[in-house]
Amino acid sequence: MQPIHTRLDDNDAQDDEVLLDVKDVKTHFFTDEGVVKAVDGVNLSLKRGQTLCVVGESGCGKSVTARSILRIVPPPGEIVSGAINFRQRDGGTIDLATLNPKGREIRRIRGGEISMIFQEPMSSLSPVHTIGSQIIEAIQLHLPVSKGEARKQAVSMLDLVGIPRPGEQLDAYSFELSGGMRQRAMIAIALACEPQLLIADEPTTALDVTTQANILDLIRDLQQASGMSVLFITHDLGVVAEIADEVVVMYLGRDVESGDVDSIFHDPKHPYTRALLQSIPRYDSRQSRKLYSIKGTVPHPFDRPSGCPFHPRCDDFIAGTCNTIDPARQLISPGHSVRCLLYADANAGEQVPVNSAGTQDMDMSN
Amino acid sequence: MIWYIARRILYLIPTLLVVSVIAFAVIQLPPGDFLASLISKAEETVDQAQVDALRERYGLDEPIYVQYWKWISGIVLRGDFGDSFEWNRPVSDLIWERLGLTMAISLFTLAFVWIVAIPIGIYSAVKKYTIGDYLVTVIGFIGLAAPNFLLALVLMYIAFRYFGQSVGGLFSPEFIEADWSLERVLDLLSHLWLPVVILGTAGTAALIRVMRANLLDELSKLYVDAARARGLSELKLLFKYPVRVALNPLVSAMAWIFPALVSGSAITSIVLNLQTTGPLLYRSLQAQDMYLAGSLILLVSVLTIIGTLVSDILLAWIDPRIQLQ
Repeated sequence: MQPIHTRLDDNDAQDDEVLLDVKDVKTHFFTDEGVVKAVDGVNLSLKRGQTLCVVGESGCGKSVTARSILRIVPPPGEIVSGAINFRQRDGGTIDLATLNPKGREIRRIRGGEISMIFQEPMSSLSPVHTIGSQIIEAIQLHLPVSKGEARKQAVSMLDLVGIPRPGEQLDAYSFELSGGMRQRAMIAIALACEPQLLIADEPTTALDVTTQANILDLIRDLQQASGMSVLFITHDLGVVAEIADEVVVMYLGRDVESGDVDSIFHDPKHPYTRALLQSIPRYDSRQSRKLYSIKGTVPHPFDRPSGCPFHPRCDDFIAGTCNTIDPARQLISPGHSVRCLLYADANAGEQVPVNSAGTQDMDMSN
Repeated sequence: MIWYIARRILYLIPTLLVVSVIAFAVIQLPPGDFLASLISKAEETVDQAQVDALRERYGLDEPIYVQYWKWISGIVLRGDFGDSFEWNRPVSDLIWERLGLTMAISLFTLAFVWIVAIPIGIYSAVKKYTIGDYLVTVIGFIGLAAPNFLLALVLMYIAFRYFGQSVGGLFSPEFIEADWSLERVLDLLSHLWLPVVILGTAGTAALIRVMRANLLDELSKLYVDAARARGLSELKLLFKYPVRVALNPLVSAMAWIFPALVSGSAITSIVLNLQTTGPLLYRSLQAQDMYLAGSLILLVSVLTIIGTLVSDILLAWIDPRIQLQ
């Protein structure tokens, strides 16, 4: 099968269905020791009602990408270039990257059109305020309702996210709830104003496995009921397989491969994606097989490799090419793009083991 | 809550008993007694018969436990703290006389410290590592490092030299013996600022550091980001969440203020010639005026314990995480 080698043009995401279109966003942290390029050219596009999963190891810029969208990157971090086009409820498109991060406009979008839930439900609720006061606060920030009305809505939100005895739990403090219940409460706060987009930054990582499944089910059910889009950040490929429509694989602040969930899982192109997929522990017949791990670690942010940033860890490293040329995004098939020199035009057909059994090939070579 | 307070007050009784014994014992520790220090200051020689007579009159010839019993039973049964040898007056009169002004100065100082330090601490934390933060930090450290009595001398000089104000004491000469009137209150207020600023400087500097550190801890917490992510404005966010949480430890520090009401700032008060209890305690210890010293130390202990109780209750009230059991 000959892959379609087309350079992506910038206007590939113009249709009405696209809710969020992140284009070549760079978020750098200007520290005393130097500039940390936490996000260095990330692209992603999310359609209405769909779930986009952003995957990658720790430190690859997933969370900073999410925070960049809401403009809550902590100082000394700044968006230095790129566009974050968001289609608002009224139909107009706004570039979030150009807004003042403390301004009225972005604050209207935060919580109103885009909400976010965080990794640790233990610390993302105020320790000295009730759950209810935080939901009511969110409601009153964005909807013109009285306190009593907001309280009623808050109770029904708690009910919606499956918190038992919502009327009583409204006046509970976060430390009186279990981890799972706290994350439910966070979801209630996030969804109180019916946002178009929910950004979930590893919302299940800090929870135990059964609770994880419950929270995932809850998010999926709520998504189906409301039609909102979900940007889901995780390093758990099991979760991705379960909930994603689209997947973006990130490495060192970039999208190295993106596509729909089937092509990412069954036809992964980028060596990093393949390596990630191989690292999933499986039950299979070869019991004594050692668990695969990607060699090396994510490089220190000040020590960014030249060329393709993944080349020092890559099994398919081409000396003289990968360490000199920075690969551009290329469309492999409609909706499936990759940044890898194995698929660059010049090298096409030579050393590209492109078939659906790519993963198996890799197994043999181990 | 009521039960909690009742139980805490019950615990007070044995604690105070132990404290009173220790206080009394500590006063007896230095060699000699009030008479010895009196005689050493006397100009003519005192014959032994006279000394013995005085010793008997003051009850100093009796064993310590008898003296202690006389003192403590007087307090418990009759509310009588004994008489001061040096002043020849009841201890309770001496203390009451000075307690009002002591409290006024302390409460004004406390208000001054909080009103000045908390906003500056918040500014310093929010604008971390800016010029403003560094400036506040430097001034804070100078305030912390400068001894209060030195500051008192410098400010007294400035007030006298450049503003022609009668410094020292809490009243202008014409009001010292006057009855309370509006003019006397105004005169008091015009004198009060100096001791309040002097006594408050170190506390302000320390509190700025504490507030800054507490708030910096809180500012990086996820709940702040979460509140920001629901669209709260920066200012509302700051005061509703991190500042609120950062203030909790300060409330528990309020316990220290109560004992300082009585014993604190003795040196500064002597320099400034303030009619407060600090210098009284200092003098009574020097003169081995044991009933006065013992009573003051007991008072300091009681206020320490009450202060701790009050701050515990306040903390339980403002911080839902604290359970009263």
